[in-house]
Amino acid sequence: MTAAVTARSMPGPGRPLSLQAYQARLRRVLFWGALAACVWVLLPLYLLLVNAWSSPDAVNAFPKRPWPEADAGSLRFLLGFQGVLGALWHSLAVAAMTMVGSVAIGAPAGYALARFEFAGKGAFRLLIMLTRAFPLPLLALPLTVRFLQLGIDDTLFGLALLHTMLALPFAVLVTYSLFSGVPVELEEAAWVFGCNRLQAFRHVVAPLALPGLTAAAVFAFVISWNEVFAAAVLMIEHRTLPAFLLQSLDTSPMPLKFAGGALLVLPAAVFMFLIRRHLFAMWGIASR
Amino acid sequence: MARLTLSRIDKHFGAYHALRGIDLDVVDQEFLVLLGASGCGKSTLLRIVAGLETADAGTVHIDDERIDTLQARDRRLAMVFQNYAVFPHMTVADNIGFGLRMQKWPTDQIRRKVEEVAAIVHLEALLQRYSAQLSGGQRQRVALARALAVEPRVMLMDEPLSNLDALLRLQMRAELKAILARSRTTTIYVTHDQVEAMSLADRIAVMDRGVIVQCDTPLEVYRNPVNTFVAGFIGNPPMNFVQAQAVQDGAFEALGMRLAGPRGHDRLTLGVRPEDLQPAPEGLRCPADVVEALGPHTLVTSLAGGQVFRAALPSGRAVTPGAVLYLQPDMSRLRWFDAEGRRIDAPVA
Repeated sequence: MTAAVTARSMPGPGRPLSLQAYQARLRRVLFWGALAACVWVLLPLYLLLVNAWSSPDAVNAFPKRPWPEADAGSLRFLLGFQGVLGALWHSLAVAAMTMVGSVAIGAPAGYALARFEFAGKGAFRLLIMLTRAFPLPLLALPLTVRFLQLGIDDTLFGLALLHTMLALPFAVLVTYSLFSGVPVELEEAAWVFGCNRLQAFRHVVAPLALPGLTAAAVFAFVISWNEVFAAAVLMIEHRTLPAFLLQSLDTSPMPLKFAGGALLVLPAAVFMFLIRRHLFAMWGIASR
Repeated sequence: MARLTLSRIDKHFGAYHALRGIDLDVVDQEFLVLLGASGCGKSTLLRIVAGLETADAGTVHIDDERIDTLQARDRRLAMVFQNYAVFPHMTVADNIGFGLRMQKWPTDQIRRKVEEVAAIVHLEALLQRYSAQLSGGQRQRVALARALAVEPRVMLMDEPLSNLDALLRLQMRAELKAILARSRTTTIYVTHDQVEAMSLADRIAVMDRGVIVQCDTPLEVYRNPVNTFVAGFIGNPPMNFVQAQAVQDGAFEALGMRLAGPRGHDRLTLGVRPEDLQPAPEGLRCPADVVEALGPHTLVTSLAGGQVFRAALPSGRAVTPGAVLYLQPDMSRLRWFDAEGRRIDAPVA
């Protein structure tokens, strides 16, 4: 690698580019690339927030104002809209159940992956991720039938089960990297000094893993909060907020769409911001 | 206060035979050092005693109680880990008292015991600190105090000094020896550092490829190594090995010198320690290729014949690099080894 760069920096007939010039060019490309990626992600969020906090007149006007008017009229109207508060409550309840469920099931699996060698460990890790490769629309019909048979169709619990399944791969992988980060010697020390496995986990592993466990829980919450397909297909009476908005805002005026969008984006964005450090850890990027 | 007995300990990791029928007897209050290169199985043996690994076969007894069938927590042992394993989310006091809390001691008794042990390892002033606020040496003391606090039947130490810098290691070594001598705890101490082993041990068990090759007092292991492996492992600089050819029965020639040796052998390896050589008008021929004046002595290295031969000579004597020295060995300290590297004890002619 070094040799390649050095060779390129050699002033020769075919390659007049010096190492400094090459690096400067690379930096420029990286800078503009990063900027483009940021704009791609942030511009819609920015427009969403500006319009959500503007009066209906400003939303429809052109050219756009660069700053929000701090007019909560659209938001207030949305919250007063028939069924929004109920849907908000459904979303919170389902997300909370998903959070508890995916950590309760995912953390032991993550611990097992981090601490034990067992046959098919690699395949198990792959299969966990593959559950996300299975298209949800394909699952929808058999799931609906089975939920009907079990009598959990159109219940918050039933939807939470499904969301737990969706959040589980991430919960397993996050807790796997989390428990791998707790030195095994600490656990061994706990055993030698009188702990059984459960006590060692409670006194040593859990306190050290707690911030990361919280992050895994919050991530599960966000996955459930943002999920719209299953919520729209499986639920009729008890729609969650995304499903409700998808259904009713379709025909609503622009200001309400913006307000609804903002209501959905804000909690997810705030939560993701709070746990960003642990998500980076999951992806193997040291961020300290 | 306990005697530890290992018998016929066997351990495989997959196809790898890590421990081959280990027998070891550690007497009450003894300080036994397991010494060997990395991968020789010494840590595995220690972890089997601790209950962190299970042996494929064999038994471990403390006095008359069989402990290899017990959980680690029921063995009433303590261990000091190589990387200290101090709990980072607890204060020094909570770390030291951890074992006692697990034994459900009353809080005020724990506090008294923690203060008592902290005083022994000079941590009184740091009891409310966390591990991240301590230096390496201080963490080492916390790990030691945590182990001392539970008054274990046997203390297990896995290379406890190897993460410290050289000066601190020397200081902690002496402290460790004093503290453990006072507590009179039976101790097994694992290290790859032969100086550490020599300085601490009542007895050294030298391990090589899953076998204890020799278990004896430090001086005995140093003077009378059972084979070339032990001879070369212990001592710094290591023992010199020279090919010796019999010129007649019981008489050998090595490096241009005639020496009396064991009868009935044609070719043997002669072992001689660098400090057992004295400059003389005649003796082992040794061109001084490298001369290192180290202070306490002058180290002369000869690379003749592709073989390294070292002599530690008195520092008062100037040696010119390139000069040819003749070195007279201390005859009583010469050791003879056969082709398989085993020491020959046949009487010297």
